[in-house]
Amino acid sequence: MEFVFILEQVLNGLLIGANYLLIALGLSLIFSLGGVVNLAHGAFYAIGAYLTVALAPSIGFGGAVILSPVLVALLGLVIERLLLSRFYRGDPILSLLLTFGLAMVAEQSLRMIFGAAPVPFSIPLFLRGQVFLGEFIYSRYRLLILLVAAVCVGGLWLLLKRTAFGRVVRAGVQNPDMVAALGISLKPYMTAVVMIAVGLAALAGTMMAPVTGVTPTMGAEILTFAFVVVVIGGLGSFWGVVCAAMIVGVVRGLAAYAFPPATEAAVYLLMVLVLLLRPRGLFGERIQRFE
Amino acid sequence: MSMTEFLRPTRRALLAGSAGLLAMPSISYGQSDVLKIGHLTPRTGFLGPLGEFAVQAATLAAEQINAAGGINGRKVEVLFEDSVNPQTASSKAERYTQRDKVACIVGEINSASALAIGQVVQREKVLFINTGANSDALRGSDCRRYMFHTESQNTMMVKAAGRAILDQGLVRGKKYYALTADYAFGHDLLRVANKYLGENGGSIAGSDLVPTELTDFSPFLLKLRQGRPDVVICNLAGAQVTNFLKQYSEFGLRFPVAGFGFDTALAWGAGPGNFLGTWPVVWHHLLEAPSAKAFTAAFRAKYNRPPENQGWSDYTAMKVIAQSMNEIKSIDPTKVVEHLESGAKFDISKSREGYFRASDHQLMMEMFAITALPAGQARNAYDIFTASAAMPVSSESLETMAAAKEENACTFPA
Repeated sequence: MEFVFILEQVLNGLLIGANYLLIALGLSLIFSLGGVVNLAHGAFYAIGAYLTVALAPSIGFGGAVILSPVLVALLGLVIERLLLSRFYRGDPILSLLLTFGLAMVAEQSLRMIFGAAPVPFSIPLFLRGQVFLGEFIYSRYRLLILLVAAVCVGGLWLLLKRTAFGRVVRAGVQNPDMVAALGISLKPYMTAVVMIAVGLAALAGTMMAPVTGVTPTMGAEILTFAFVVVVIGGLGSFWGVVCAAMIVGVVRGLAAYAFPPATEAAVYLLMVLVLLLRPRGLFGERIQRFE
Repeated sequence: MSMTEFLRPTRRALLAGSAGLLAMPSISYGQSDVLKIGHLTPRTGFLGPLGEFAVQAATLAAEQINAAGGINGRKVEVLFEDSVNPQTASSKAERYTQRDKVACIVGEINSASALAIGQVVQREKVLFINTGANSDALRGSDCRRYMFHTESQNTMMVKAAGRAILDQGLVRGKKYYALTADYAFGHDLLRVANKYLGENGGSIAGSDLVPTELTDFSPFLLKLRQGRPDVVICNLAGAQVTNFLKQYSEFGLRFPVAGFGFDTALAWGAGPGNFLGTWPVVWHHLLEAPSAKAFTAAFRAKYNRPPENQGWSDYTAMKVIAQSMNEIKSIDPTKVVEHLESGAKFDISKSREGYFRASDHQLMMEMFAITALPAGQARNAYDIFTASAAMPVSSESLETMAAAKEENACTFPA
């Protein structure tokens, strides 16, 4: 019987991992191509959630799921062109400070506009309910999140592996100078990557708004986890990040089962272990300019 | 210019400046026509949602105090700071007392931070009214001569919700599963809750400490389901409560829920259909006492939403300070402490007046239990619960709700 409960936590952990994935993948992408550690990534997640709450009454949850990420992607376009683009070749500490500042501005702006108290938002009626798999119980809405995450991961993978766009991006990650020498400007690619990445973060925020407290700090909370996932998975590795998200979810579930006070700490412990054994992360590639 | 050259004059100026400051003690502050009160509470982090109500209510109270003539003829100016964590709370409290020379400090929600502020005010001999930290230890082993509490202590919260769920038949002979916030407040609350439920015939089916930064409760919901308790006891804090309520209803668990740690804003933030169970509150906006209605109306008019229990506490603390200082015509902290200890009565926006118990500085007052309305029955986003009558009943002493002196002994350190 004990085994069934542990299995239940493992399964749940795998599903939870999907929540971190959409954010972690974007974070990894922006860093690998632009060399920017985007500390404002969580802010886009929070803005996505707040936009959903604001838009849903007029255009419905379905409409908000589409419109909110699009609006945030456009915001990403503006921020990338005006600010981020100046820092790709500079000292990484500068972009770190810039995005840290942006994150604080975003959090405080949300607090000033919507207040510090959580903004009420619930799962739409038609998506409520639970799914039973023998003893295992899962929320129907979370299965939808999982589905959306899977589609996004699949789509992103195809985009990177099977299209001309993806080939340039991958080449840019490995050797931007060579790409430039071949007469390809990485500028528009970087803009597109940022838009995709922050759009995905906003989509995650949109999907999570009904099941988590919508507060100004939600971005900062999720960002730490997303970072841990990227670090464990290894920079530049698509499937590394995917695996790490699942592993982090499972470790959390098992910690909650065995020793609840360490539910969050266990994840950081895992990161330390991985870094000790594999400093580039589980599947991290050797990227010359970051060594 | 090299870095060292650039720094040299600055450093010298700094030195001269600080020497000047040392040579010039508090003369510059002197007696002014403004009386400063330092408000200090978490405005970010998992308790930030409550801090916002605290700041708004303190602002409203100061406006009303000034409109009524201020304190001893002086205008009240409230300084606001985010207390962040115990270390920051402590250093900001020091800055308030040493640099700003505030007449008193009001606020806090985090029990660990309140303890830190308590140590500062004890050293500096400045009055501190704790408006949001519940830990019994702050009124017991960690009590301080200069610290008073308008916020209810954990025992009062447990007795209020406890009486209600006892009546619902959820305690005697029943098994409970407790989820508890893993920090000073939660630990203290769990201890008091176990004691109360144990004494009344309840037994433990399970008990987990939950990290304060946890946002996804699904692993714990699976554990609850496995534990099959008769009732889930929620000793969580801040944003945890909102997340718990949303996800509990998402997973459709059917065990009755009751909680001992609660703030109404967290239930409002969970959204329609997600609030459930029975919870204790020190005050709620549906109270009918004339002063309660006046406070609710004034707050609504200014902020476009009703106040909740955290707002009530900061509002009440400000009013208590103003009334006391005006009555004794002094802002001397020692005299104010003596006045509060003398059993002075205050209108605290409830039907019965409140007073501070001299033995532990806890405000003696009525408590309430609220129960969520079934989904679909709430009339609006705020009136989402029904409330019990005030506890204790008017024939009982207010002290019956608080911890007995021998349960939670306080000997004020010199």
